Amino acid sequence: MSRMAWMGIAVLALAPFALTSQYLVNIAMLTAFSAFLGQAWNLSGGFGGLTSFGHTAFFGLGAYVAALFATRWGISPWLALPAAAALGGLAGAVIGFASFRAGLRGSYFALVTLAFAEVFHVLATSLDFTGGGQGINLPLKLGLANFQFVDRRASYAVVLALLTLAMAVAFRLRGSRFGARLAAIRENEDAARALGVDIVRTKTAALALSGAVTALGGVVYCQTYLFVDPQIAFGVERSVEMLLVVMIGGAGTVWGPVLGAIALHLVADTSRAWIATPGFAPMLYGVVLLAIIGLLPGGIVSLRERLRRA
Amino acid sequence: MSGEIIAAALVNGLLTGGVYALVALGLTLIYGVLHIVNFAHGSLLMLAMFAAYLMATWAGIDPYLGLPLVAALMFAVGWGLYRFVIGPVSRGEDRALLLATLGLAVVLDNLALVLFTGDTRQLETPLTFAMWQVGPLLLSVPKLISFAVALVLACVLWAFMALTDTGRAIRAVAREPEGARLMGIRPQRMFALAYGIGVACLGAAACLLLPSFYVAPSVGNVFMLVAFTIVVLGGMGSFPGAMLGGLLIGVTESLGGLFLGESLGPICISVVFIAVLLLRPTGLFGAAR
Amino acid sequence: MLEVRGLSKRFGGLQAVKSVDLDVAEGGITALIGPNGAGKTTSFAMIAGFIRPDSGRVVFRGRDITGRRADQIAAAGMVRTFQITQPFAGLSVMENIRVGAFLRTADPAEATERARALGAELGLGAFLDRPAAALTVAGRKRLEVARALATRPGLLLLDEVMAGLNPSEVNEIVALIRQVRERGVTILLIEHIMQAVTALAGDVYVLAEGALIARGTPREIAEDRAVIEAYLGRGAAERMTRHG
Repeated sequence: MSRMAWMGIAVLALAPFALTSQYLVNIAMLTAFSAFLGQAWNLSGGFGGLTSFGHTAFFGLGAYVAALFATRWGISPWLALPAAAALGGLAGAVIGFASFRAGLRGSYFALVTLAFAEVFHVLATSLDFTGGGQGINLPLKLGLANFQFVDRRASYAVVLALLTLAMAVAFRLRGSRFGARLAAIRENEDAARALGVDIVRTKTAALALSGAVTALGGVVYCQTYLFVDPQIAFGVERSVEMLLVVMIGGAGTVWGPVLGAIALHLVADTSRAWIATPGFAPMLYGVVLLAIIGLLPGGIVSLRERLRRA
Repeated sequence: MSGEIIAAALVNGLLTGGVYALVALGLTLIYGVLHIVNFAHGSLLMLAMFAAYLMATWAGIDPYLGLPLVAALMFAVGWGLYRFVIGPVSRGEDRALLLATLGLAVVLDNLALVLFTGDTRQLETPLTFAMWQVGPLLLSVPKLISFAVALVLACVLWAFMALTDTGRAIRAVAREPEGARLMGIRPQRMFALAYGIGVACLGAAACLLLPSFYVAPSVGNVFMLVAFTIVVLGGMGSFPGAMLGGLLIGVTESLGGLFLGESLGPICISVVFIAVLLLRPTGLFGAAR
Repeated sequence: MLEVRGLSKRFGGLQAVKSVDLDVAEGGITALIGPNGAGKTTSFAMIAGFIRPDSGRVVFRGRDITGRRADQIAAAGMVRTFQITQPFAGLSVMENIRVGAFLRTADPAEATERARALGAELGLGAFLDRPAAALTVAGRKRLEVARALATRPGLLLLDEVMAGLNPSEVNEIVALIRQVRERGVTILLIEHIMQAVTALAGDVYVLAEGALIARGTPREIAEDRAVIEAYLGRGAAERMTRHG
């Protein structure tokens, strides 16, 4: 990508810091967060074609790690980051290994991930030590050491850092042997196997990587809103949104999740200004998804290619 | 825990399982013919429940009497959705089909939220709280009725698929789309028909559920995982499997709630689901691959 | 180099492969021929680890590899191609070949270099940045070979690389196979048309209805009565139905 484009991206990303409107900063933060979660999903779902409907399982694990660190164990929230990544990675490895060894693909894999997220949902609701259905409130302790900020711009900076990390992982993945093998598996498993690619291992690694990155998002969410409950952590809506962002932007591409997140938040915020009824914006998400699958299967990213050819 | 409580839970589970089976029957039919996992299934059930609810509250039609009407309406909805949305959007690609039904679910759930808000509604019919005493057991009359009707409808569906020309044509397309095409059967037509019939099952299920179950835009989610579990348990595409699976899951859920409590009980469904997928993906009654 | 003993496979009521013995000598070209449905592709799939045999043994470079996974067998140096070509359709030709190259190196630059060189050598130089889905049938066959070669195999299993090609394309692919042999790669190929292999193979095995019916040089095979009756008769009948 050209230097100009990179600079443009940097200016856009940094512009909210100059804004005094907390509303706009908030939108920028939410968009960046969607892009981050999308990119995390994309690592396995896009690059590897492992369509998961239950990715919020990893997000929720991260969020609960942060909440439990803060309320039960009194451990620094900064340490929640590596702990969540480890737990998310482990969960991804276990779910992935079990599913891929059993040969689950396509909609079967989507279903099993959905069910795993549901298991976590039920557990979080019924166990005492996760606060049950009431969820967990984190005590307010502002400050860098406690990973809590009153200024939304600081939160935005954190989310931006997270997104940058996910982007870096995606770039790295795309150029690497691991990424090439993952793409091969996505396109044709038999051919990949014939060329010496260990299918189960590669797919499991992808889900573990994606799980680890996704879990980081849970920690940041929890530190930003100081609250988590089973629905926030393990509700199917978040899994769907992650997938939506990627499919709309362009699956298996580095910039797809970013474009998808921007598109979704544009739709959401303009439609909310127009019709504020709950459900209206998410309904439009569904319409956009159908339109994209039907008319532009490569997502927004593929628009450039299309226009060039036209 | 007394034997009576367990027996009550068992019977109750069986009765609930009958309706579950009807929901799953539609799902397994769609899978068996189109080879797609219909993620919009729960949302379409929700839609049918609202249709039956509105018919009862506005026009005063009892859900049991309105059953044929709602089933016919849902057939039209299903047929139209396949013909004009799912079919064209997916172009027959697996991943696109999966995502198209998911997108449809998102649209329907939120459309209901826009139209009806997130409130929970309960229809009270004369039978809602009716009970029937059999020995020591108290049986819910609406559940008993739904169980019986579900069994009858399952037989009707089976007979339709096995004995009529249309049913045979659908099965032919399911097994050999190319061969069927050569016989002059148009696969896309049969797919839309099968999708319509699968969704019509939901219309019937909705009317049977309504006297004893609440209605809300999110109600589909309650049945989604249950229906998938039944279908996977019974073997994807198998009618008898869906019936047996439905009863088994009804009982599992009921006993799970009894022994594990209301909040932890639902975990049984997910665990059974995961276990079957990981250990025996062809289902308990399905043939080995 | 490859030693197959008593390889058998049954699908339901059909005995697809009956106790097949096969030897492939290092450095040569060996052919396995037979009419469609003779069990060639099933034998191949068992040798390459795609189907588990019911019984029998596969020994490659002195090691028993029976029942190993396909990717392990590929890593050990035996790689197959597919009769119905299986390109990574959404990836470029270059990226397709790189997947093979990555079996021997983790370095992306090296893999790219290797893929470029092989692509050029196999006549795909002009198409490296095109999507694999855009290749012609002949191009896809070349891609299958290029990808497999990128893994630096000791033994290459070619599954009907000539099927579906016109006569001039067949000549080109014959030259290509010779070229591959010159690189020191041993080749086992499946074909169903006998003429195609006579120009290439030193050693020919004939399979009919799942069992080996003959083994010899192409000349011996061409004169073998059993082969002529069992094989050519069926082949002719089959060609007629294919045109009809």
